[in-house]
Amino acid sequence: MIPMSTGPVPATADAVVVGGGINGLTTAYELSKQGVKNIVVLEKNYIGAGSTGRCGGGIRQQWTTEENIRLAQESVRMYENMSAELGYQVFFRQGGYLMVTEDESHLTSMREAVTLQNRCDVPTEFLQPEDCRRIVPDLDVSAIKGATFCPRDGTAYPFAVVWGYARACHRRNIAIHIRTAVEDIECDDGRVRAVVTDRGTIATPLVVNCAGPWARTLAAKVGIELPNRQERHEIMVSESLKPFLGPMVISISNGIYFSQSMRGEIVGGIGDPAEPHWTAPEQFDTRSQLRFAVRFAKALLAYYPKAGGVRLMRQWAGMYDVTPDHRPILGGVPGLEGYFHICGFSGHGFMLGPMTGKRMAKHVVTGERDDIIESLSLDRFANGDTVADAFVVG
Amino acid sequence: MSKPKIFLCRCEDVTVDEFTAAFREGFTELESLKRYTGVGTGFCQGKGCLCEATGELARLRELEPGDIRLTTIRPPSEPLTFSQLATLQVPDPAADPEETP
Repeated sequence: MIPMSTGPVPATADAVVVGGGINGLTTAYELSKQGVKNIVVLEKNYIGAGSTGRCGGGIRQQWTTEENIRLAQESVRMYENMSAELGYQVFFRQGGYLMVTEDESHLTSMREAVTLQNRCDVPTEFLQPEDCRRIVPDLDVSAIKGATFCPRDGTAYPFAVVWGYARACHRRNIAIHIRTAVEDIECDDGRVRAVVTDRGTIATPLVVNCAGPWARTLAAKVGIELPNRQERHEIMVSESLKPFLGPMVISISNGIYFSQSMRGEIVGGIGDPAEPHWTAPEQFDTRSQLRFAVRFAKALLAYYPKAGGVRLMRQWAGMYDVTPDHRPILGGVPGLEGYFHICGFSGHGFMLGPMTGKRMAKHVVTGERDDIIESLSLDRFANGDTVADAFVVG
Repeated sequence: MSKPKIFLCRCEDVTVDEFTAAFREGFTELESLKRYTGVGTGFCQGKGCLCEATGELARLRELEPGDIRLTTIRPPSEPLTFSQLATLQVPDPAADPEETP
């Protein structure tokens, strides 16, 4: 049973987590495991309705910065154990990620990435174009110049993950309020005091901003300007087919990615450089475009000509919450006690969320330093201390 | 002795009993019921079952069907093959925003 209230919110809480996606639910669950008692999760729509439920479900460890590799690696370990931990089938399948490029100039950084990943115990290998057909026999490799493959990467069903966490939250007496929007966050004396919602006010000393594309607007309510921009990204699902595709295939050169779900569908998307950047929810337009379906079909058939007769069933769009260096923003802010960010995942919240939730919960409750959280603090933008990851795709 | 199976969604073989069980699990909105049971995600994309699912959910929630929030309708209205789609030309929205499909 996953009870989700649409009734009045409680008058007090020890912690309020804003956002009912992967980050909000994992954070609430992990805060509870750290001993926090009365936790409330606020979701303005339904569980997983934001970016989580619209994502491709991919989880990869192939990154070019050590923080991203370590976070993703720890997340993969959590995904490997997640169905057992939550008592809920999340359909995690480790078919690997095959990252290909058509651009000769990527090969050096891809080889360097393999070395760095191997040093972190991520078993990625560099492949010549022909070798890709060992992994995906019908792949058209004529335009591919090189590839990397990590067999331990994979995919999960995003909704099953949020339902599993919601159920586990319920078992730990965490209150999940859906269809409940935050209107304001009250602060005084440099401390968070209360969260005002359209279903009542909750007095609380702790607020965690896990609002994804809406995080920027929420942060503005406590006077913080996040550098995040929001982008529409589109995705589609095909009819179900017998299992034929092991890995997620992803192209660093044109931004297409596609995998096969455990229901048999091809699930995939492609980045579009023509998409505008937004900063306010009034601008968000998640309507689908024919342009996406056509661009995706062309790119898919270039890599996988055999899919020509397969039908596209549905397409939809979601929002990325993008930071200037495409890495998340974690941690608190100086001068405001009790307020924390877990946002700015730039399209990679589903793969990093379980681990960032766990690390952040420990950091918030114990006050212990965490080197990864420190390196991903909001300060880095003001200090110019940013390192962009080269493998941002989609 | 066994109840006959009544199919709510014929594409994805979702029965009324399965739909009801999902409701009791806590999936009280059509958007979530669609994702949990698969109702409306087959070849007809809901054309053959969205009305029935709405009526069934209205009965379970003791509401009028008109008070049930519908799922977002997703394109294409009929499934199209990737080959069909790949033959189309679409303009670049940056070149001419007016022509964005």
